[in-house]
Amino acid sequence: MNTQSLSQPVSTPSLSVEDHRKMHVVVVGHVDHGKSTFVGRLLNDTDSLPNGKIEQVRKNCAIEGMEFEYAFLLDALIEEQEQNITIDTTRIFFRTKQRAYAIIDAPGHKEFLKNMVTGAASASAALLLIDAKEGVMDQSRRHAFLLSLLGVKQLVVLVNKMDLVDHSESTYQKIVAEYSVFLKTLGLNAVHFIPIAAKHGENVVARSDKMPWWKGPTVTEALDGFAHEDDLTGLPLRLPVSDIYRFDERRIIAGRVEAGAIRPGDELIFQPGGRRSTVRTFEDWPGPETRSVVGTGGSASVTLSEQIFVERGQVASHPSNQPRVGREFRARIFWLGKEPLQTNKTYRLRLLTQNVEAVIAKIEKITDASTLESKEGSSVPRDSICEVIVRATRNIAFDLHHECPITGRFALEESGRIHGGGIILDAVSKSAAPSGKVTAGERTARSGHPAAVVWFTGLSGSGKSTIAEAVERRLFDAARNVIRVDGDDLRISLNRDLGFSAADRSESVRRASAVAGLFAGTGHIALVTLIAPLAADRAKARATLASHAFIEVFVDAPLAVCESRDVKGLYAKARRGEIAEFTGISSPYEAPESPEVHIRTDKLSTDEAVDLVLSAIDKVLQGKGDDWEV
Amino acid sequence: MSRNAQNDHLTRLEQTSIHVFREAFANFRSVCMPWSMGKDSNVLIWLARKAFCGKIPFPLLHIDTTYEFPEMYEFREKAKVIHGIDLIVRVNEDAIRRGIGYATHDPVTVTHELKTVPFKAAIDEFKWDALVTGIRRDEDPTRAKERWFSPRSAEGNWDYKDQPPEFWGQFASTAPEGGHVRVQPLLEWTELDIWEYIRRENIPNPTLYFSRNGKRFRSLGCHPITHPVDSPASNIDEVIEELKLTKTSERAGRAQDHVGRNSMQELRAKGFM
Repeated sequence: MNTQSLSQPVSTPSLSVEDHRKMHVVVVGHVDHGKSTFVGRLLNDTDSLPNGKIEQVRKNCAIEGMEFEYAFLLDALIEEQEQNITIDTTRIFFRTKQRAYAIIDAPGHKEFLKNMVTGAASASAALLLIDAKEGVMDQSRRHAFLLSLLGVKQLVVLVNKMDLVDHSESTYQKIVAEYSVFLKTLGLNAVHFIPIAAKHGENVVARSDKMPWWKGPTVTEALDGFAHEDDLTGLPLRLPVSDIYRFDERRIIAGRVEAGAIRPGDELIFQPGGRRSTVRTFEDWPGPETRSVVGTGGSASVTLSEQIFVERGQVASHPSNQPRVGREFRARIFWLGKEPLQTNKTYRLRLLTQNVEAVIAKIEKITDASTLESKEGSSVPRDSICEVIVRATRNIAFDLHHECPITGRFALEESGRIHGGGIILDAVSKSAAPSGKVTAGERTARSGHPAAVVWFTGLSGSGKSTIAEAVERRLFDAARNVIRVDGDDLRISLNRDLGFSAADRSESVRRASAVAGLFAGTGHIALVTLIAPLAADRAKARATLASHAFIEVFVDAPLAVCESRDVKGLYAKARRGEIAEFTGISSPYEAPESPEVHIRTDKLSTDEAVDLVLSAIDKVLQGKGDDWEV
Repeated sequence: MSRNAQNDHLTRLEQTSIHVFREAFANFRSVCMPWSMGKDSNVLIWLARKAFCGKIPFPLLHIDTTYEFPEMYEFREKAKVIHGIDLIVRVNEDAIRRGIGYATHDPVTVTHELKTVPFKAAIDEFKWDALVTGIRRDEDPTRAKERWFSPRSAEGNWDYKDQPPEFWGQFASTAPEGGHVRVQPLLEWTELDIWEYIRRENIPNPTLYFSRNGKRFRSLGCHPITHPVDSPASNIDEVIEELKLTKTSERAGRAQDHVGRNSMQELRAKGFM
């Protein structure tokens, strides 16, 4: 059996003092300005390559009759070697004496801009390569522009291939002068411009003896000077709700703290919606001890003191420092989609865990990413930057990017695929006062939960009102907007003119539906208790109320049981012939064939019946894309 | 170690993985987690229990090649109870009847027949739209290009040339028609991180990882093609000290990776993890 030795002596001793937390560094620059070669060299010179790796690549090159290049170390897939370009964001780990790094080798080829975005968005610092011989090119500018857009602030420019310009200080100075001016227009400032020759490892790890004029740091010295820049614990709390877990008796609000910190006892407000509650516990597993605070980047599992309506997408904050709530904002967007970005087309706007439909209301300007010249237009082609007005179909919670970067940026999705991203520059105040008719969506947003009609049908005495009253109590206590539409009440008010004939019964069902529809329209959950004996009438009611969630509850008990209960003495009267056309006695009751809920009140307790109804309401409303629980 | 020490490296990795788990569970209809019973897989179970406050709310899948080490089967039964796992086990009985095995076939063929084929069959059977995998970017160059959420076509293919952009914590939340999304919470972890986390959290693992008679397993697969390395490391502390010094690749003992120059890429293009 072949075995490899793990315990052989190696060249570098273990680092005794080391920052284990990796710093993510993105490497960008124009195509062929030497990124892959640089990274290959960096790995080699920091002694970060696995044993035998370089020999393996040299052997492969020999097999294919190619000259060995450091770039091949990274180009792990055959296709890349053939095309000689990096095809996707690659992460490579290496260490200096100071700490560990993850290098994100982003592609320079224009059509792979999205991978560069993917790489740069997670980086705390950037290295941008410029070929000393070719000088500043399109992508040298475009990538810097994207770095500024993505919020990467720590930048070192590497003036590469100095060997090809005779290590000339004046060539170097010319590039520094030209590019510094450009960076300034973006609000960026390079920490250093380092002259290097990656191919020969000059000023990468070791200092070059060919450029004695360079007194600044080598690349690894510069890297070790970077700071981790993503600690947002000092900012106001932003906890977007990822999910609500009810795997057992607990109801846990799950989410990641994106900014600030949260503690048990904190009062929270959930936006949009504006409901408030207090953090009761953190449900950390395995326990029993739990954290006393969860800071930025930490995953929180929160139970609340008051059971308020909460759903995925809402952002929890402290009431004293809330995000903005609105539907419209001005944003700077980078667009990566094959199809151009267009006005009046619907996209999915994803901001933290919020996912809403949105349109581009207006394209204000389109910026050429290399010249930074702006023009007007009605559609934005791939790989462009633009400033637009984004209008969501409903309120979202957000911050301006300069106030809180993490809640001030978003992605745009079409057909399930992310095609662009952007940062929020300004809120558009108009969204605070929407014009036109008040929409159902706005009403739902205000009531904080979807509307519904729950129709209890069944014989007189079957228990409709008893169950509906208990359901109403549970919903009301859980801060839902709920109302009962009771058949007996209607009979003495709205339906005073109606009797018990088939036609009058149909009319009473029609009127009850209309009333329930009005309540549902205001965002209420309307609980209708009406015998509604005929299937056709009930079908009509369901059709009339089709725009709302509709739950038919068949409250079922054998006639004999209902008659024995006879709370209102109606069965006795009917038997005596004092009421004509009494359902079940002298008029038919057509039992529902497929009600959403079927309750045998002769077999279940009221509590059990109520639970069945509530869970059906829960299920139906969740199907509408909301978390909803009693 | 204090649970409030949130800024340490392992806690950051842990919290990010938990976020990935939660986003997957919130976004997809039906989630499953393949379980190899190896160290990365066992760390995943631990992270899932943290993400979901104790109980994993989806099933685990073990593709049993029938070539697992006997100790792994024992570990499987033990861990099932410890973690309260809802476990689905699948074997490619057909391939075994056809006599596919390491005695007669090359490792790439056997891996394909006994792992990839039944894995795809299980996906077809249960219609999962998200699969949680334990792959890490440091394991292999082709894995370095992975995303947190990585879509796979109905045929199981990975279109690595046209991957969706992934930034600002926004993942590809929709599986391709008939396909699924690979969810990869351990992408940013290294082998050393895994062991340091196992030590910190005291996560149960097979003892094959520890030295017996001067050899230990660093990565576990089918017993005929998984070779131990020379190592005196007989406990977690020693393994960690050893990894801090080593420059040998983790999967060096896994024969199917090394048959041809690009065998790992071939395996992965066909749907291998």
